[in-house]
Amino acid sequence: MSKPKLAVYWAASCGGCDIAILDIEEKILDVADFFDVVFWPCAFDFKYDDVRRMADKEITLTLFNGSIRNTENYEIAKLLREKSVVLCAFGSCASEGCIPGLANLHDRQSIFEYVYKDSPSVDNEQDVVPQSRTPVEEGVLTIPEMWDTVHTLGQVVDVDYMIPGCPPQSDQIIAVVSTIIDILKNGKELPPKGSILGATDKSCCDECSRKRDVKKIKKFVRPFEIIPDPDICLMEQGIICMGPATRAGCGAKCVSAGVPCRGCYGKTSNVRDQGAKMATAIASVIDSIDPDEIQAIVDSIPDLIGTCYRFSLPDSMLRRVQV
Amino acid sequence: MSFEPKIIGFLCNWCSYTGADLAGTARMKYPANLRAIRVMCSGRIEAGFILDAFRNGADAVLICGCHIGDCHYSEGNHKCLRRLPVIKKLVEQFGIDPERVRLEWVSASEGDRFRKIVTEYTEQIRKLGPLTLRDLDFEPPPEVEHDEVKPKEEVCHV
Ligand code: SF4
Ligand code: SF4
Ligand code: SF4
Ligand code: FES
Repeated sequence: MSKPKLAVYWAASCGGCDIAILDIEEKILDVADFFDVVFWPCAFDFKYDDVRRMADKEITLTLFNGSIRNTENYEIAKLLREKSVVLCAFGSCASEGCIPGLANLHDRQSIFEYVYKDSPSVDNEQDVVPQSRTPVEEGVLTIPEMWDTVHTLGQVVDVDYMIPGCPPQSDQIIAVVSTIIDILKNGKELPPKGSILGATDKSCCDECSRKRDVKKIKKFVRPFEIIPDPDICLMEQGIICMGPATRAGCGAKCVSAGVPCRGCYGKTSNVRDQGAKMATAIASVIDSIDPDEIQAIVDSIPDLIGTCYRFSLPDSMLRRVQV
Repeated sequence: MSFEPKIIGFLCNWCSYTGADLAGTARMKYPANLRAIRVMCSGRIEAGFILDAFRNGADAVLICGCHIGDCHYSEGNHKCLRRLPVIKKLVEQFGIDPERVRLEWVSASEGDRFRKIVTEYTEQIRKLGPLTLRDLDFEPPPEVEHDEVKPKEEVCHV
């Protein structure tokens, strides 16, 4: 009997999710043993045409990491959707937009201006910026066209499951992969469409062992400004911690290492907008009823949108900044 | 056609909604631009409500609650007071004029004050113009043909 086929793809991603898959150690052998890997640009030399030649739904499982910000990302997302029985958004980029999604604070032109012209380390006297079409003697050279707005995978194609995290933690990847192998091997039923795999629906605070009491803050501080008490909730110490607005699943990794949660596991299912949820949580720890003092405390947060939406701007209700 | 702003009003049940009701029963005239939504307390209003209103086409959001000291749940409006600067800062960073969010305290007997606020705010938003938000939904780009351009004698700097 032929093996079920597996594809792994990276769109607008950092490569970390691919590494996270390789990072499951000897479990990767089970994956290679059970699946026939038919496409995985980071690890094997397959071409897009290999995928184009496949029959529809020929791939059993596709783990798709990276967000969608150019024509190539979009084209391959559509292609893999067509060819896959199960398409899984893998990691925060595919699920919520993540760090590449912070491009939604700007647009293509301002990003190009900075990256190719204004950035202090750039020397570009001829003002060369990438062109999606360049006519040369032999014909027209094309490269993918970058868009103004970064999208999540689920916004551009139909997605079956989501595995959150930047990147998903290896123990969670192992758990998910083992479950999927068990399901396919033994003809069990797949989880309902739309399920979140490799996480729970509680908040990161639920997994955090720090002691919580009353949160009363007169000034927010950044992590390098104080040496935080190792046992007390970081929010109570004035460090903005995304725990209350973030789905549990990582085992509260960052908070147990003394740094605040940045929110990479995304929002819980009862929340529509992770940043808005966090904005409300921030307001609730402010210790004042004097409008001027409240304003001053709020002004002590250097980058509210970047803090609240570090991993989820494209998934927010407003999707992007109006520029 | 002149621009008629759509303003979503979140009015607390115990004071402001009653105040608005009073304006109504006293047959005071104010612009019909306000769509009132009754909430139990101004402390119920979350940042998400405001973003959601904008997403769904509101040009502005007016939040009204009991005066400080008068909240039916004693401190709900303190919550609202603390949330507003956070919400406004967020809205501003989203590139939306923070004037499009406004908080006012209106008691049950202040029907006339409510009328004045709504009238004045409607004019203010009318001057600001409609709020248009881009890329709220993904629109597939037009398919590109790959080779329709004939080679030209242009130099490409690499
Ligand atoms: S989710 Fe994080 S680790 Fe994965 S590709 Fe995106 S930025 Fe990299
Ligand atoms: S806010 Fe952060 S530090 Fe506090 S309990 Fe939640 S996860 Fe832990
Ligand atoms: S603590 Fe927060 S930021 Fe850190 S891994 Fe967990 S969800 Fe991600
Ligand atoms: S009941 Fe009116 S503000 Fe709380």
